[in-house]
Amino acid sequence: MLSLIVFLPILAGLVILAVPSSQKQIIRIVSLLAAIAQGVLAVLIWKGYDASLPGITAAAGGAPEGSFQFIERLPWINLDLGSMGSLNIEYFLGVDGISITMVILTALISIIGILSSWPIQKQVKGYFILYNLLATAMMGCFVALDFFLFYVFWELMLLPMYFLIGIWGGPNREYAAIKFFLYTLFGSVFMLLVMIGLYFSVIDPLTGNHTFSLVAMASQENYIKDAILGPDNVMWRYAAFIVLFIGFAIKVPMFPFHTWLPDAHVEAPTPISVILAGVLLKLGTYGMMRINFPLFPEVFQASLYVIAVLGAINIIYGAFCALAQQDLKKMVAYSSISHMGYVLLGLAAANSEGMVGALYQMFNHGTITAMLFLLVGVIYDRAHTRQIDKFGGLASYMPVYAAVVTIAWFASLGLPGLSGFISEAFVFVGAFSSVTTRNVAIVSVLGIVFGAAYLLWSLQRMFLGKRKADAAYDLEVGADGHEHIHFHDWKGKLDLDARELVMLVPLAIIVIFLGIYPMPVLGMLTSSINKLVEVLSPVVMTALN
Amino acid sequence: MFELPSGAEIQSIIAALKTGVGFFMPEIYLSVLFMLLIVVDLAVKGRKNNLLPLLTVLGLAGSFYFIYQQHLLEAGEIFFGMYVLDGFAIFFKYFFVISGILAVLISVADDQLNRHVRSMGEYYALIVAMVIGMIMMASSVDLLMMFLSMELVGLTAYVLTGYRKDDPRSSEGALKYLVYGAVSTGLMVYGFSLIYGITAQTNIMKISSELALHGYDPLVMMLASLLILAGFGYKIGAVPFHFWSPDVYEGAPTPVTAYLSVGSKAAGFAILMRFFYVAIPHGGEPFQDIAGIDWLMLLIVIAIASMVYGNVVALWQKNVKRMLAYSSIAHAGYLLLGIIAMDSLGTQATLFYLLGYLLMNIGAFYVVIIISNRTGSENLEDYRGLGKEMPLAGAALTVFLISLVGLPPTVGFIGKLMIFSALLAKGSVYIWLALIGVLTSVISLYYYMLIPLNMYLRESTQPCEVKAGFGILHKVAIAVLMILTLYFGLFFKPLTDFARISSSMLGVTIY
Repeated sequence: MLSLIVFLPILAGLVILAVPSSQKQIIRIVSLLAAIAQGVLAVLIWKGYDASLPGITAAAGGAPEGSFQFIERLPWINLDLGSMGSLNIEYFLGVDGISITMVILTALISIIGILSSWPIQKQVKGYFILYNLLATAMMGCFVALDFFLFYVFWELMLLPMYFLIGIWGGPNREYAAIKFFLYTLFGSVFMLLVMIGLYFSVIDPLTGNHTFSLVAMASQENYIKDAILGPDNVMWRYAAFIVLFIGFAIKVPMFPFHTWLPDAHVEAPTPISVILAGVLLKLGTYGMMRINFPLFPEVFQASLYVIAVLGAINIIYGAFCALAQQDLKKMVAYSSISHMGYVLLGLAAANSEGMVGALYQMFNHGTITAMLFLLVGVIYDRAHTRQIDKFGGLASYMPVYAAVVTIAWFASLGLPGLSGFISEAFVFVGAFSSVTTRNVAIVSVLGIVFGAAYLLWSLQRMFLGKRKADAAYDLEVGADGHEHIHFHDWKGKLDLDARELVMLVPLAIIVIFLGIYPMPVLGMLTSSINKLVEVLSPVVMTALN
Repeated sequence: MFELPSGAEIQSIIAALKTGVGFFMPEIYLSVLFMLLIVVDLAVKGRKNNLLPLLTVLGLAGSFYFIYQQHLLEAGEIFFGMYVLDGFAIFFKYFFVISGILAVLISVADDQLNRHVRSMGEYYALIVAMVIGMIMMASSVDLLMMFLSMELVGLTAYVLTGYRKDDPRSSEGALKYLVYGAVSTGLMVYGFSLIYGITAQTNIMKISSELALHGYDPLVMMLASLLILAGFGYKIGAVPFHFWSPDVYEGAPTPVTAYLSVGSKAAGFAILMRFFYVAIPHGGEPFQDIAGIDWLMLLIVIAIASMVYGNVVALWQKNVKRMLAYSSIAHAGYLLLGIIAMDSLGTQATLFYLLGYLLMNIGAFYVVIIISNRTGSENLEDYRGLGKEMPLAGAALTVFLISLVGLPPTVGFIGKLMIFSALLAKGSVYIWLALIGVLTSVISLYYYMLIPLNMYLRESTQPCEVKAGFGILHKVAIAVLMILTLYFGLFFKPLTDFARISSSMLGVTIY
């Protein structure tokens, strides 16, 4: 099941390879079908998922069964290393509450991304092959439970993303693409070293061999005491935690490693922005929850305050930057940075409320930001500009668009009744109830105020009032006496067309529904989060020593 | 006084030679092939045909039979301790024959070489001669034999580099190669003579036991190691013995460049490992440790310098061949890391990395040749927009470059993984070395990606008039290399197992 959901897009990519590049429609439909099939599988997995099983670590006795679900475990490579024993790499997939949330999000965003890619005309074949490769890699990252496999998927994302930004991007795309590539690779090469170090430090209790299994690595009793990353080697454990954290923080992206994100977003085509903000950023925080924190819990406990402060900087700095932007897409990009700060703050709270809020925020941010970027794309398609100043009074001419924008903007600023509110509330409840992060939380609340400021201000400037003198569209009075606007060379429907509605309405429904009744998602992830909090708690660690 | 040997002695010498010949079949076979090629060339002189390359490829492939037979023989010394047959040597025999076959294939692909050079006859014979020389480098256990085989490789390489007589860059490269080669070989021979002076032995096993038994002056031994390292370092193209390589790589016909960057470098590594592991072992079984000769520290310095210098200088290159030349300096650094680990895992990693390097580097040069057939140059600028016009070549080159960076799922990634595993398996002592390794590979991403950047992200300024498509043979060959690069990145067990069983010298696992 999980293999299918991971490799379906790549199969579609192989089919597309055989389709002549002039058959653009077939290529699009094949990709869409694969994405929908992925979505159906995600729903089946969701239906079959038993929310009472905890995940994170192995069940009692050391076996992942009974803790993880939909497990697929095959020996992949068994290398004889002579005197060093053998190198065992497994093809090991499985989901728990953390990953299933992300699997559903990824499947959803993949479909949206394909729909949003429909108008792309340049090298359609190459585009969809790369897109499908990216979709496989993303999904693979979220279900891999073998560190080696995770790393392969993680690195596999880079190249398609590089080309997707670099070939189909805006004017400054070369710079943005290579910057993205270099930043992420810089983070992940350290991960490679930590991965090797962990391999030599961990023994699978079931087989007695060294292992790459993240499940075995999540239990501290599986570590060899004097190994390079064993409990006795405090200095290297700190170093490993820090470099892993930087590697994942680059993806989040966390201040001061965030500068690639605005560049990448501004240059990337709309669907790729959606994927980037909707899924790829979550890989950073997912990596922290799956790998960085549970493998080094004592270092995590020691660095709670630092993580919280970094989260707060993200929240406030991101909001300030967003406030200063003239380019709507850049504003949304900085708002992403700000909102991912809430995730970091929730994680730093290290209690159930905070972590539930963080994970739920990851899901909500995925859906909300996808909407934001789609909406930016809608206006950019029509006006060929994203300058906030170039609009004004749009609400009266594009009422449907304005309505959807309002939902998305309000969800993003955390209006009660929309999903963003619940996750941010959980994050703050968690952060306030932890003594370490309380002060930081108080400062971070300011972020909500600034968030409201830039969102409402942009809403006001673009949608309310009258058309500005240098606006990107012309105003004319029609034969019926009503005022119309038209964009210079836009041939399509002025307001949202059917395809755009198909993308936006489901997302809006999800955002509203999960704002009123969050239990479908929360119920799924709570037991895993509780387990994660237990694994990370200082009590368990002292018991081990 | 020189005494005539008695009849019985002569008998025993002849007997030893006879047994030796049994262990020497691939080399004899290849020498016959070499002569056959010259004769056939004389016979068909003047007529343009593909007989010679075909004969060379088939002939080289035929040697697999003789090499395969050697698996059955017991490892041991032959020809009075001059030469050796063991797993390590067999590994390199396969390696050099494969690289020779690929060199012939890419030579056929290169229009510039075939168009401008009047006779290609000796060319293929020289490639075979170089294969023989490299095989002998990997199998020599005697200082004299080492020197002779290195000279055989060197002399053929000088001629091959200067093969395009019409091109001044080619001649310039050949001359530089020769001058640097003469100097560094001279230094190496001086080092050999110092060792002979201390031990009165030329066989490296005997040198080792002699040093352990009778002691030595550490200063002289250190000087000797340094001098010998100059010779080997020149062959592997590591900093600071690299000065020849950018000019030679740029000037030489591209197939020769590819062949030198893989074959000659691997031969250098083979001889370096055999000499230092056996003659002056350093802190490990099975050969007795020679204390105080810290050639390991020298290697560490050379490795760091190579990785940093090669990758950083490559950033500024505008010519793809020159860029790959600097990248090959950097790869020499990564390969040295495996040797520095000084254990069976490190040796295994080095051998595996060499195999991966063979695939990805020859592959990359293959595509560079195909592209330069079309554009007539190797300048980065001229790669603009080629990705659309040559989809297979573009995709393949991207895969090879990604593999050279060391990203999954390619064989280059597994190579780096094994090398870094070998370093980290030693605990925390070499973490800094591994850190430098991964950081420099991030740098390398930038310049390697300049090629896909030009191919895919930029449009060509002037559409190319010449619609020189390339033959089905080369398409298949490139596709096979690309698929192997990816396949061994996911299912690398056969290669790593082969590398492991090959990491034994004289039946003893190295370290």
